Amino acid sequence: MGVALTRAAQWTAAGFGTGTLELTPLNEAILNDIIKFVETFSVKYSQEAEFVFKEPLEWKTTLEPSEFESGYIVSGTTVQSEENSKDGQPLLLLSGNDIKVSSFGQLSRLLHLAKDKKLKETQACLEANRDPVVKILGAGYGTVEGEDLSTIRFLDKMKKDDDHENIKMKISLLLQQLDMLLLNNSLKHISLEIRLNPSVVKNDVDLLKHFSGKGEQTVLESIDYTSDFEFANGCRAPPWRQMHGEICYLIVKPHDCDSICLTCSTAGVFVNGGIENEAHEIDYERRSEIYKDLVTFLREKSAKFSENMSKQKLSFFGGKKKEKKKLKSITEKEEIPNLPKASLVLQKSPSEKRRMVRKLEPSLKWTSSIIPQQKKESAKESQDEKSILSTTDKPKSVSPSTSAGKTQSSSRRKSSIKIEDLISESSSESEEDEEQPDHRQEGQTDLPSEYWQIQKLVKYLKGGNQTATVIALCSMRDFNLTQETCQLAIRDVGGLEVLINLLDTDDIKCKIGSLKILKEISHNSQIRRTIVDLGGLPIMVKILDSPDKNLKCLAAETIANVANFRRARRTVRQHGGIKKLVELLDYAQSKTEPMHRHCLYETKDVEVARCGALALWSCSKSHANKEAIRKAGGIPLLARLLKSSHENMLIPVVGTLQECASEEHYRAAIKAERIIENLVKNLSSENEVLQEHCAMAIYQCAEDEETRDLVRQHGGLKPLAALLNNTDNKERLAAVTGAIWKCAICKENVTKFREYKAIETLVGLLTDQPEEVLVNVVGALGECCQEQENRVIIRRCGGIQPLVNLLVGTNQALLVNVTKAVGACATEPENMMIIDRLDGVRLLWSLLKNPHPDVKASAAWALCPCIENAKDAGEMVRSFVGGLELVVNLLKSENKEVLASVCAAITNIAKDQENLAVITDHGVVPLLSKLANTNNDKLRQHLAEAISRCCMWGRNRIAFGEHKAVAPLVRYLRSKDTNVHRATAQALYQLSEDANNCITMHENGAVKLLLDMVGSPDEVLQEAAAGCISNIRRLALATEKAKYS
Amino acid sequence: MSLKRLMCGIDLRDLKKVVTALSKAATHFNQNEMECLVKLFYSFMEKGCEQGIQEGLDRSEFRNILHSVFGMTDDMLMNRVFGAFDKDNDNHISTREWVEGLSIFLRGTFEEKVKYCYQVYYLNGDGYISQDEMFDMLKNSLLKHSVEEDPDEGIKELVEIALKKMDYDNDGKLSYEDFERAVKKDHLLLEVFGPCLPEIEKCLEFETLVFRDINNEFQL
Repeated sequence: MGVALTRAAQWTAAGFGTGTLELTPLNEAILNDIIKFVETFSVKYSQEAEFVFKEPLEWKTTLEPSEFESGYIVSGTTVQSEENSKDGQPLLLLSGNDIKVSSFGQLSRLLHLAKDKKLKETQACLEANRDPVVKILGAGYGTVEGEDLSTIRFLDKMKKDDDHENIKMKISLLLQQLDMLLLNNSLKHISLEIRLNPSVVKNDVDLLKHFSGKGEQTVLESIDYTSDFEFANGCRAPPWRQMHGEICYLIVKPHDCDSICLTCSTAGVFVNGGIENEAHEIDYERRSEIYKDLVTFLREKSAKFSENMSKQKLSFFGGKKKEKKKLKSITEKEEIPNLPKASLVLQKSPSEKRRMVRKLEPSLKWTSSIIPQQKKESAKESQDEKSILSTTDKPKSVSPSTSAGKTQSSSRRKSSIKIEDLISESSSESEEDEEQPDHRQEGQTDLPSEYWQIQKLVKYLKGGNQTATVIALCSMRDFNLTQETCQLAIRDVGGLEVLINLLDTDDIKCKIGSLKILKEISHNSQIRRTIVDLGGLPIMVKILDSPDKNLKCLAAETIANVANFRRARRTVRQHGGIKKLVELLDYAQSKTEPMHRHCLYETKDVEVARCGALALWSCSKSHANKEAIRKAGGIPLLARLLKSSHENMLIPVVGTLQECASEEHYRAAIKAERIIENLVKNLSSENEVLQEHCAMAIYQCAEDEETRDLVRQHGGLKPLAALLNNTDNKERLAAVTGAIWKCAICKENVTKFREYKAIETLVGLLTDQPEEVLVNVVGALGECCQEQENRVIIRRCGGIQPLVNLLVGTNQALLVNVTKAVGACATEPENMMIIDRLDGVRLLWSLLKNPHPDVKASAAWALCPCIENAKDAGEMVRSFVGGLELVVNLLKSENKEVLASVCAAITNIAKDQENLAVITDHGVVPLLSKLANTNNDKLRQHLAEAISRCCMWGRNRIAFGEHKAVAPLVRYLRSKDTNVHRATAQALYQLSEDANNCITMHENGAVKLLLDMVGSPDEVLQEAAAGCISNIRRLALATEKAKYS
Repeated sequence: MSLKRLMCGIDLRDLKKVVTALSKAATHFNQNEMECLVKLFYSFMEKGCEQGIQEGLDRSEFRNILHSVFGMTDDMLMNRVFGAFDKDNDNHISTREWVEGLSIFLRGTFEEKVKYCYQVYYLNGDGYISQDEMFDMLKNSLLKHSVEEDPDEGIKELVEIALKKMDYDNDGKLSYEDFERAVKKDHLLLEVFGPCLPEIEKCLEFETLVFRDINNEFQL
């Protein structure tokens, strides 16, 4: 904590005597961390809490003796703790204002007593004790800059093995941990702070000067620097103050208050002590809060300023377009935290004359374009602040360099999203409108007439009672709210704030009217973000509790629209919205109470459930929300709603299920709740969207084996096959083919599909379809091809050519499926002839160079049947220039699947003697040997097969032994997989032809394992094991013979 | 004002007679509920009697009830509500008018409420709500926020907005047809010129209190 206190904390007069800790946000954060540490200390480390400090911490407290409760002896102005140290001194002593505390236990009790004065007490304590570590533990533990002997010291102490010292060390360690924590946190804090720089300040001041002077229309009476001298770095503060980040001092005279003396520093703008008359010295002490820039400060201080400022806006705006280029060179927009400044920079416009003419025209353009953005910025900032704990940004440099600013701000933004989302979002997440930039063209000159009318209505919303408000709300809905101009106009005139405020009122009509508008305009992504920024979601979530069903519906529908991006979805969840939305689903079941008959704005219960489902659908795009829906008991309710016959209810319900089915839990629940049955039923609905989502849900769920059977048992395969014939709706087609693909993993389903002639239809879909469809079609065909009969069908309807044609694509998922399908087809010699003729093998071979390991592996697998079934396979393989070298080099891959597939390919390649010779020359033996130490059974099997094949050439057997491949192979016999056993036994049999290998095998206990294998029902395994044993035995006999002869 | 205290009985036979007479009136109440309401009416009357009022509830008495029982606050609107209740314009609410009015208040269908609201809003009996009337009803609807602006100007504009929204035949005034059509299109416009129906919560409160209490009494 020493380092953090000396370096990170912002002391007013750094380094001189007893400075004071300023209450900057950073210091506050540090203090709060320290408080948290001390408060929990006695709970977490009870033994250490009793440790008596070397010297008590002393400071002047504001606590009154009366505030001390039990455990203390209070007499007049002195208070003593009942707890005493060994030598009889009280651990806490208060006399007058002076307080002495000498243990952590007492410190934390004190903080509990201090309640809301905690911060102040801690601050006072630290101010009085600049290096508390020394006082607590003794001088040896002081913070010495630049060296850290603590670990060495610990080592020394360790030897002594003394209880007291142990505790001391532990405390010292704890304090160091705290120190690290503080430093880390303050680093984050500093990195988030927005720093002003001299050029920005200068621009602001220059601009404000233009608009200052006598008269009503100016923003200020005067603004001046205190010093005319400007240093080379743009600062006007004397060098010794520049060290504190101060840039310059200003004297500002607003219209409506006295002149203010300001300090502009890199941290922001604040009021200083003013100029002391005699000495003309400035009192540098900070007297106000820190504002992030000059304009913000003045807006806050002077009402006249902000009023006139808004009148000046048009003129600020006028120069904007022309100055765009200049703006970029001066300051990158991104870097400046708020927009007004950006446009202030523009003020050094050459078109000054025109500006001066126009400046008197009052206009709302400024308001319209600047204020919402400014708000957004500040909202973003606050969001960033929240993310402090998770950000790990490097501290920000103060450099005004634009590029640095840009990267910082972008990394900052990223880190703010990072918090929980990156892990919590599901793959189905659409990145859609995440932090999308504002597209509005700047400086647009003509505002549509709607803009002014809407502005007028918003005025009534703001200044009217409920009657006027309702009229204005109703009238607002006469505008075309689906039009972006109107949506943005509402936002730009500050209508969103009012609409959201109305949600917080008691008047039901206002709420309904406001929600009706919000529901419409929230189709716009910018509006959505503004609604979230303005805190609209928590209020809407609260409205879900309202007894009025109409309100519930509207709120849920609006949430459904707004929750289209992560932050919004998270907000809904964090405010308990998911649970409430799930409760809405229950509405369809409950009976209408007669009491509600007179409810004016009647809504059906089904509608409530529908809106709930709609909102859940939007929310279910986030992983954590899916979990929340499940926990809130949403699945049974969704299952029940699925039985309904209302189409517009079914769509969001199925949509939610489909979205959630990406989760294992859901798939299990979907099975358990008999949801598949209803999904299948709705496949036959008239509604295409519903069909699409049902198919999509089946696609997601059919990952599971039982579900695949369920789909068949409920007769889902036929409607799926039937839907294939309608190819106009591509989304639906993609969903349907996806469902067919996943269902086709089950053999019985494939038989059904064949019955329904789905395979022929699928082949027909191999051309002229978008990639989403193709991936699924090819995937389905790949599954179907596992059966011989289907392979023939595919050939007959000319499916091989389009499949091979797809091998030249780039889509990774598609390539994986295509290679699989081609590979499956190639198991049929007749198919193979066609593939060969179409040069398919070469295409497959070149896919081995694909960067994606999945594609590589899939291509290598596909090559195996090709080589196996091609005529003159050896010749064909040799004809690929560099092909064999490529394959052998793939053995260096890291990916197990790639390795296994390549081993399988090598097994097939090595069947040709000549090719075996070539790959031996390419060093296949050492590469295979290197792989031998693996635990992956799939790889083991194919590796053993490859080794056994490769043994057939030259001295490869001996080489495998030399490369130590034999011993690991013996261990494979202990695997549980019989395929591995067979392959291994065969490999060992081949290797045992070499005497040295026999010795290795024997040494590694192969004989006993092989003896067990001889008893296997698998004849190949039997034979190989027996052969191997006989080789070993023969060697032993020969040796014995040699001994005696 | 506690309702319970007002429930002093009237002669049971008289009560039955009154209720039977009223049963022909088109209301949404059953016999029992009607009895409760009539009883309540008489207890209000009784209180009024002390001040020498006989024929029914007079304006101030009725406004008291609107205020304390149904939470209405706007004086002008309460007068108008009285006008709408008092169908025979005798400045007194009779038992029949009372029961019929409450029927709309508590259980009125949408159509009944539209008709009722229109009655509240139009005064001078020419069958239209004129711009002047609208102005009158809306004149307090804007909070005075800036000194410079003419408050009347704002109200005039508001009237224009309302008219634009509701005046389908563009004659510058609202006929019942205009009103009905606009309200049917957007239910929020029902109480467009000021709240003249009690809030749902108040209705529920009223019903539970009045009906339950009296039912209990009968059982006793």
